[in-house]
Amino acid sequence: MMDCCGGIEEHDDDCADVKVKEGIDAKTVEAAKRLESENYSAGFITDIEMDMAPIGLSEDTVRFISAKKNEPEWLLEWRLEAYRRWLTMEEPSWARVHYPKIDFQAYYYYAAPKAGAKYKSIDDVPREILEAYEKLGIPLREAEVLLGVEGAADTAAAAREKPRVAVDAVFDSVSVATTFREELKKAGVIFMSISEAVHEHPELVKKYLGSVVPTSDNFYATLNSAVFSDGSFVYIPKGVRCPMELSTYFRMNAENTGQFERTLIIADEAAYVSYLEGCTAPMRDENQLHAAVVELVALDDAEIKYSTVQNWWPGDEEGKGGIFNFVTKRGDCRGARSKISWTQVETGSAVTWKYPSCILRGDDSVGEFYSIAVTNGRQQADTGTKMIHLGKRTRSRIISKGISAGKSDNTYRGLVSIHKKAEGARNFTQCDSLLIGDRCGAHTVPYIENRRADAQLEHEATTTKLSEDQLFYVRQRGIAEEQAVALLVNGFVREVLQELPMEFAVEAQKLLEVSLEGSVG
Amino acid sequence: MLKIENLSATVGEGEAAKTIINGLSLKVPAGEVHAIMGPNGAGKSTLSYVLTGREGYEVTGGGATLDGADILAMDPEERAAAGLFLSFQYPVEIPGVPVMTFVRTAMNAQRKKRGEPEISAPDYLKKSRDVAKMLNLDADMLKRPVNVGFSGGEKKRLEIYQMMMLEPRFMVLDETDSGLDIDALRTVADGVNALRAPERGMLVITHYQRLLDHIKPDKVHVLAKGRIIKTGGPELAHRLEKEGYDGVLAEAV
Repeated sequence: MMDCCGGIEEHDDDCADVKVKEGIDAKTVEAAKRLESENYSAGFITDIEMDMAPIGLSEDTVRFISAKKNEPEWLLEWRLEAYRRWLTMEEPSWARVHYPKIDFQAYYYYAAPKAGAKYKSIDDVPREILEAYEKLGIPLREAEVLLGVEGAADTAAAAREKPRVAVDAVFDSVSVATTFREELKKAGVIFMSISEAVHEHPELVKKYLGSVVPTSDNFYATLNSAVFSDGSFVYIPKGVRCPMELSTYFRMNAENTGQFERTLIIADEAAYVSYLEGCTAPMRDENQLHAAVVELVALDDAEIKYSTVQNWWPGDEEGKGGIFNFVTKRGDCRGARSKISWTQVETGSAVTWKYPSCILRGDDSVGEFYSIAVTNGRQQADTGTKMIHLGKRTRSRIISKGISAGKSDNTYRGLVSIHKKAEGARNFTQCDSLLIGDRCGAHTVPYIENRRADAQLEHEATTTKLSEDQLFYVRQRGIAEEQAVALLVNGFVREVLQELPMEFAVEAQKLLEVSLEGSVG
Repeated sequence: MLKIENLSATVGEGEAAKTIINGLSLKVPAGEVHAIMGPNGAGKSTLSYVLTGREGYEVTGGGATLDGADILAMDPEERAAAGLFLSFQYPVEIPGVPVMTFVRTAMNAQRKKRGEPEISAPDYLKKSRDVAKMLNLDADMLKRPVNVGFSGGEKKRLEIYQMMMLEPRFMVLDETDSGLDIDALRTVADGVNALRAPERGMLVITHYQRLLDHIKPDKVHVLAKGRIIKTGGPELAHRLEKEGYDGVLAEAV
């Protein structure tokens, strides 16, 4: 139990300091060095003719994007204001990540397949895009379902036993298809790309866009506000429990391109939605830039469950290429008794800078953060959460599992802030780190700001090494080494995997296995 | 069945390498149970680790075969699939992995390696229920992560549970009696005795005679300074209990 006021505490656990046991660790290091890029099965490039904005960033770029989307004047002004503010801001440097200075003029800020964004029928979708999604295992066999062609959804869905998931597929800067739209519409659920929502539901977009992450929030969020291209929009009306899982699948394809998606999810009073997000990108030698903003709003008694499986290209074993992932994700528990739950499995990206947070504004509201962050090779991750307790009896729970292998660096950075009016607020934080090998690092940086004497704050942190004893014990029972590591790692992250929707959990489990392949000799 | 010939092994690497097993020879025919007794530091646990293939132990001479197969050339998991099982002196905790998941994964991994079909979930559960009942193990315990928060006695009983589920052909029990009270000792012994069969062999490593009251050995070997210095029947264990190791050791020199 901790009751410090505004206390800051830092644990630093470099495994270079951990005494290396004989035998296995030397081999572990060897194997980690062999980490091969071919493990990344999503690394292919789709060759398709693209419509690009001129390279670089200026007011003209902002106007270009806005014009491409045929946006109303207010939104262009909103973007321009953000852009002008961004010019005055400095890139943050407090995170424990190191990368060469980003030249923001060297990126393309808009890239869309030339054939256009939305397609009326399967025949109109460029073959290359269909093939790309097929390779990634997104259900394009039921291409008509993806396209939301009327009637197709019902028959295709009936043919499958597994729970249905509606997909919004975002390819570089545009949403190419959204499935199950008709069926969702019957339930009153709005699920479409944000570009479409701007035209079809301007009142909702105008009311909520930037209300959780203001345009002035931080360097990357401000940049995103100026140049965001596409993303998903979800509105669940009062009292509606969304009849299926919603998901967005982000694919970054084009070279030297930044992806700046913007997602906005609103759960009206007593509504419920579970939303999944998946990401991949091709293997490229250059770094790609990804700076997304996700805003969630939960009104009275509403619940939003947001799950991410992030598998961006992490760069090769020398640290060349890979995605720079600078993301601002924030949920606002605006209503009483509302609940927002973030679950993330982060295995990709060269550099990750990401803190999905909850503002617990409504009385009795609940925020949760469950995270698995895996770093291997030369990856760097600085991730965690912020739980801002404003309302009475607000509760938050943080479970973070970091796994470091190779020469990677993995930092948990979290803030729990209890404000003056947050009578009886409670937080539980647990941060566990697992080290594989002896050239990686794990760091835990929990910040606590407490302005109430009656707050209950608990914090637990552990750092362990994948032990030789455990490996031998498991192998003695007949389980081969690779499978033994997978079993031990799965055990380590079990609490978090349980929070994921079933199918996602299976995918995440496989992803963990692939990410750590060859990390033990 | 198990044949160890003139085996020598070191622990540690390079300059720090230390010879612990030094010209050890031993034969355990199928159907027999042999006990190995010896003072601290005699090399008892090292022998069990060398036989099962733990890293950090290097064989510097001699060999060991199980039914003629050179086990020392195999990976630990291959030795397990060949039927070699070690009941650990200090069982290891595996957070987040439930006992049943663990043992079933192990069982199927072994079966796969031997080219046998996997065990079905109902068959596993039925067998598990029978074994748990015999060992007085709570069904809830089998849903908990392996050894996490288990008492010393529970850990040892769980080793025997695994042994009875996996049905190995040759078992090495490393100080299974340590940390057990009389009742638990009897339960564990019942489990071990249930596995005695004409086609199985067993090596029981212990400090004390008391386990051997429950698991009757066919032969007792005294291990000292890395080799077998004396072999006898069950009466040898009684003599050691009464006179201590010193007398027997002095006699052997």
